[in-house]
Amino acid sequence: MLSIGRDLVDAILAHARRDHPDEACGVIAGPEGSDRPVRMIEMINAERSPTFYRFDSSEQLKVWREMDAADEEPVVIYHSHTATEAYPSRTDISYASEPNAHYVLVSTREPDSHEFRSYRILDGVVTEEDVSIVE
Amino acid sequence: MAVTVSIPTILRTHTGGEKSVDAKGGTLAEVIDDLEANHGGIKGRLVKDGNLHRFVNVYVNDEDVRFAGGLEATVADGDNVTILPAVAGG
Repeated sequence: MLSIGRDLVDAILAHARRDHPDEACGVIAGPEGSDRPVRMIEMINAERSPTFYRFDSSEQLKVWREMDAADEEPVVIYHSHTATEAYPSRTDISYASEPNAHYVLVSTREPDSHEFRSYRILDGVVTEEDVSIVE
Repeated sequence: MAVTVSIPTILRTHTGGEKSVDAKGGTLAEVIDDLEANHGGIKGRLVKDGNLHRFVNVYVNDEDVRFAGGLEATVADGDNVTILPAVAGG
């Protein structure tokens, strides 16, 4: 299960809406081993595309080093789908390689409602999990 | 040339859980061969068909090697090589 603060959920949705119709992406860091998402970092989508996303490699190095120095790890890795459901695509599954991360997908295909879902992706196997929003 | 290589979580099964290991080589390709000699199986996760695998980013110090010669990128004594999983999808 992913347990996540309401403020972080709102911040992810706001980022996804702002970048729509391109996909938005980012990471939420948390203390290593805590499974607690705390510090959200909006990442540049180097693809700037409605169908793909890729973290900019230089920005990723900087952010990963900051996490390392602060004994943090990527607890949540999120991105948006802008025309399809919030379910991992084949490409999402092939790239997923942070075994401790919750992969969050949001969909902005409907202007007035949103989907916010979370998955574990390990060795090509997708497992959806419950999301508990903490007020 | 001795370099330090940072290993991402996903590849630490090959390094006995170590976050960082030492390796030798004058180019990235040589460093990866040296890694493979000591941590069998890791090369297959980094190299495919003679090129860097698209699922990983490799940096020499602060530079993404995709923009610095790929596997032929040169490394110098004391350099830091960092391997990160590429974060991407559709």
